[in-house]
Amino acid sequence: MTKNFFATRTGIIAVGAVIGILAPLLQKLGNPGNMGICVACFERDISGALGFHRAAVVQYMRPEIIGFVLGSLGAALAFRDFRPRTGSAPFVRFVLGIFAMIGALVFLGCPWRALLRLAGGDLNAILGLAGLISGIWLGTLFLKNGYNLGRTQKTHFAAGLVMPLVMLGFFILMLIFPQVQGEPKNDILFYSVKGPGAMNAPLLVAIAAGLAIGFLAQRSRFCTMGALRDLLLFRQIHLLSGVIALLVTAGITNAVFGQFTMGFEKQPVAHTLHIWNFAGMLLAGLAFALAGGCPGRQLFLAGEGDGDAAVFVFGMIVGAGFAHNFGLASSPAGVGPHGIAAVVVGLTVCLSIGFFMRKQN
Amino acid sequence: MTKTVDARGLSCPQPVIMFLDAVKSAQDTTFEVIVDTEASKENVSRAAESRNCHVKEIREQDAEYHLTIVKNP
Repeated sequence: MTKNFFATRTGIIAVGAVIGILAPLLQKLGNPGNMGICVACFERDISGALGFHRAAVVQYMRPEIIGFVLGSLGAALAFRDFRPRTGSAPFVRFVLGIFAMIGALVFLGCPWRALLRLAGGDLNAILGLAGLISGIWLGTLFLKNGYNLGRTQKTHFAAGLVMPLVMLGFFILMLIFPQVQGEPKNDILFYSVKGPGAMNAPLLVAIAAGLAIGFLAQRSRFCTMGALRDLLLFRQIHLLSGVIALLVTAGITNAVFGQFTMGFEKQPVAHTLHIWNFAGMLLAGLAFALAGGCPGRQLFLAGEGDGDAAVFVFGMIVGAGFAHNFGLASSPAGVGPHGIAAVVVGLTVCLSIGFFMRKQN
Repeated sequence: MTKTVDARGLSCPQPVIMFLDAVKSAQDTTFEVIVDTEASKENVSRAAESRNCHVKEIREQDAEYHLTIVKNP
């Protein structure tokens, strides 16, 4: 049996550190502020690029996300860890993905971005992280009481390849219909001409970083939600050590690049409504915990053949559509007109899923 | 006596929860945990080491892992 270095304590810390360096670097090379990598934001941008929502400032086919899935596929195939599987309550996971995205967009970021925002000096992220921890804690209560979405089934090798192929297809579309300077659309793909969606690292750098992170994260099982869940549920700090490594190295890298500005006010792509920063991530954290992975981990799982994780990812992409079409997403001006209602509905739905989907003893 | 924990098709943290429940409730000192992903294999092994148990053997068979875990005396 070959030992998987990345599954060791040193390995997970190394992977967290690599992400902590690459994310601020991507920001330096063009990605939005404190958003070197944000899985929720970038999936939302992909949703916009496809026209699933028409928020003009957040439309871009983010190559990082594509790289995450394909890098994970590469690692899984190289190390004989590709396990095509599906069938554990896919539609429930789809709905969890929708509300995970809605919650993340009320806060304005996934757990990765919450860490990167803090590493850039954005103190609003503390409220988001507190919400995330609380949401995951709620999730662990359900897990302790028998919450379980059921077993997956093994499926065809080709079935496991469908999600990576969809991502490859998105990448090919991006090559056929590249961004045209100053144009909001190239044939079928939408692009932003201003706002966060117009800020991006060069395509080749972005896809290379995505592939590298996807590869490393698949091997190491890097997961921000799992880090906090395992701490709360099992008092284990294995995954958490990777998350802390990310936070520390991102803080140092930001300081080196002059990207660190401490405070609550005037932070990039952020608002200062503490309650809703907390509540947005409370909802997202609960949804991630019930679905078994943070949005990054869901992409890596999808790359190694987990069809249910792929369904969750598309739940998030569709959730971005709801979030922007219905005015649920926040902006630097504050929460969207129906954002608060969406958080209440989302919490009700997720708590119900946790409560009613328990194995009866 | 060996207690078998079948965690095939379940993703984390379920296999770990099932294994820890078994350790807590059963009188047994040997456990066979069956999982079907490498991540679950690693997680259950890690949980075992942290709960005064050790992984005696890991057998790979038809893309499944059979972990033999023994309680330390």
